[in-house]
Amino acid sequence: MRLSDILFLGYTTLIRYPLRTIMLLIATSIGVMAVILLTAVGEGARDYITGEFRSLGTNLLIVSPGRNETSGGGVLDLAGLSPRPLTIEDAQSLFQIDNVRRIAPVVMGEAPAQYDGLERSAPIIGTTPEFLSIRQWEMESGSFLPGVSMRYSPPVCAIGKEIKSELFGDTTAVGEWIRIGDRRCRVAGVLAEEGRAIGIDVQKIVVIPVALGTALFNRDSLYRIIVDVRTTSRMDQTKQSILSIIKRRHQGKEDITVIKQDTVLQSFDNIFNVLTMALGSIASISLLVAGILIMNVMLVAVSQRQAEIGLLKAIGAKNKQINNLFVVEAIMLSGSGAIMGLILGHSITQVLKVAFPDFNFLPPMWASYVSLIVALISGIIFGLLPARRAAKLDPVEALSGNK
Amino acid sequence: MIRLDKLSRKFQVGNQVVHALDEVDLEINTNDYVSIMGVSGSGKSTLLNILGLLDTPTSGDYILSGINTSKMDDDEMAGIRSAKIGFIFQSFHLIPRLTAFENIEMPMILSGISPNERSMKVDSALEKVGLTDRADHKPEQLSGGQRQRVAIARSIVMEPDVLLADEPTGNLDTTSGNEVVKLIEELNSAGLTLIVVTHDREMGERSNRLIELRDGKIINDQRKP
Ligand SMILES: Nc1ncnc2c1ncn2[C@@H]1O[C@H](COP(=O)(O)OP(=O)(O)O)[C@@H](O)[C@H]1O
Ligand SMILES: [Mg+2]
Repeated sequence: MRLSDILFLGYTTLIRYPLRTIMLLIATSIGVMAVILLTAVGEGARDYITGEFRSLGTNLLIVSPGRNETSGGGVLDLAGLSPRPLTIEDAQSLFQIDNVRRIAPVVMGEAPAQYDGLERSAPIIGTTPEFLSIRQWEMESGSFLPGVSMRYSPPVCAIGKEIKSELFGDTTAVGEWIRIGDRRCRVAGVLAEEGRAIGIDVQKIVVIPVALGTALFNRDSLYRIIVDVRTTSRMDQTKQSILSIIKRRHQGKEDITVIKQDTVLQSFDNIFNVLTMALGSIASISLLVAGILIMNVMLVAVSQRQAEIGLLKAIGAKNKQINNLFVVEAIMLSGSGAIMGLILGHSITQVLKVAFPDFNFLPPMWASYVSLIVALISGIIFGLLPARRAAKLDPVEALSGNK
Repeated sequence: MIRLDKLSRKFQVGNQVVHALDEVDLEINTNDYVSIMGVSGSGKSTLLNILGLLDTPTSGDYILSGINTSKMDDDEMAGIRSAKIGFIFQSFHLIPRLTAFENIEMPMILSGISPNERSMKVDSALEKVGLTDRADHKPEQLSGGQRQRVAIARSIVMEPDVLLADEPTGNLDTTSGNEVVKLIEELNSAGLTLIVVTHDREMGERSNRLIELRDGKIINDQRKP
């Protein structure tokens, strides 16, 4: 039997029972569409998050105190040797590396901010003026921190918009003195709200000089040193230089971790890839349901078409041929349902893109292939049982069955 | 060309055994025209189904063109049905969603014949049964007589040796019944072996040989001189 004939005969059954066909097309296409849409959302989320990170700059190295678990810091801890603090002097020492353009040491904590009897608890960031440009933040009014030595702690701060309106209302804040913990500082400027930062709400923070921060929190270690390099291609060398300089300063102990911003980006990328695949797999379950539906409908078709099956046998059809006819019919159902689902899924994705321009819905290529293949395979698998039942029918009984 | 040796077909119905055919011995020559008659339940259809390799005997042998069919598997029997045997049924058994042309084409589709050759053969079969102008009609658009003629066209496109007809006029009025009988008799004159199961004594008498069954046994076998 020729493939074109098998396809033609399958086609005649699909149009002969339009209601049945449409129902199964809808079931399969919903499954495929769900895979496309859910993975599009997953990919969109990944794109959004990694975009946020990329906006922080890929030319950054982040130095933090202590070793990673994986690099054996646990042994130090067991020996009772906690890592040496990462100091402001350590940060300054990194300027001797050629490829270092800017350095922003960071100390973080939480303290009450007070003005005129009003008090708010605020996240405090102690850092240097370079932090503003490294983080690509903008000022709404006034200026950021003054450009003085890291070790000097002028009583100056920059505040977020929300803190500003909570403490000052509509009156000007720039030039006023506020109290942060047990210190007094003058407000040099107010941060604009567009600033992007992972995990920090720019509108709520207070930024102070790093030395003031360590004093305020009575802490001898920095939380991070952010290093902005000149040439990204020499990033690894620079990382090695940082490690060796700090090692020398810490009596030969390598007790810091230096990671590339890229690495963080990469791990988020991986997490979201896994998430997208998980979403895709969950959506595939609906394809399975569609497959089971196809099986039931095909079983009904076999008993409805008993007389026809008997006739085909009488005019010389081999069991294998009857089997193929029914399997192909099931595949045609699931296949055309899948194609319909692909078209619907991608069209809806386009509509969503227009409706939510900030969020980039990206159905990954593999989602289309996988959902198509899963639909076809479920057509084969769930078509097999009814087809086998048809092939095994006794010709005499089938001929005398319902017409 | 056909020989049955002590051929039996039993059916188990509950705890009772029905002898649909009981040790039947029979020989049918090439190009013969045989009618099989008998009351309902006498085993006529069972005999025809076994001759057409749709059913297999419980015991005994069926030798077709010198080949013993009792050792054949499903595929071999399907091959012989395709090449050597044509069937006509009381209820026509046309596929409702296919046109007359496509119904006639079906046996050739199953045996993988090219569309060109198929088209030629369907045309000539349609001509033989006088339905050239009905090629694109669906069965529901055809009268009973026309449907049976489509079924006859389908049964002969593969140029079989034997034509088996189980009450071919049973669902037809006298006029179209007569047309159908004439048609298959013409095919017999052209060389086809014809075996017809019928209730109709008048039709039975037209054949060269009349076999009568009762309770699965041949009780009468008479040839025209
Ligand atoms: N599939 C079957 N199962 C049980 N009994 C059957 C079956 N087919 C036929 N029979 C029995 O075999 C006998 C002969 O049947 P059949 O050949 O159809 O008779 P006819 O065609 O002469 O009316 C009847 O008694 C019938 O009931
Ligand atoms: Mg009968």
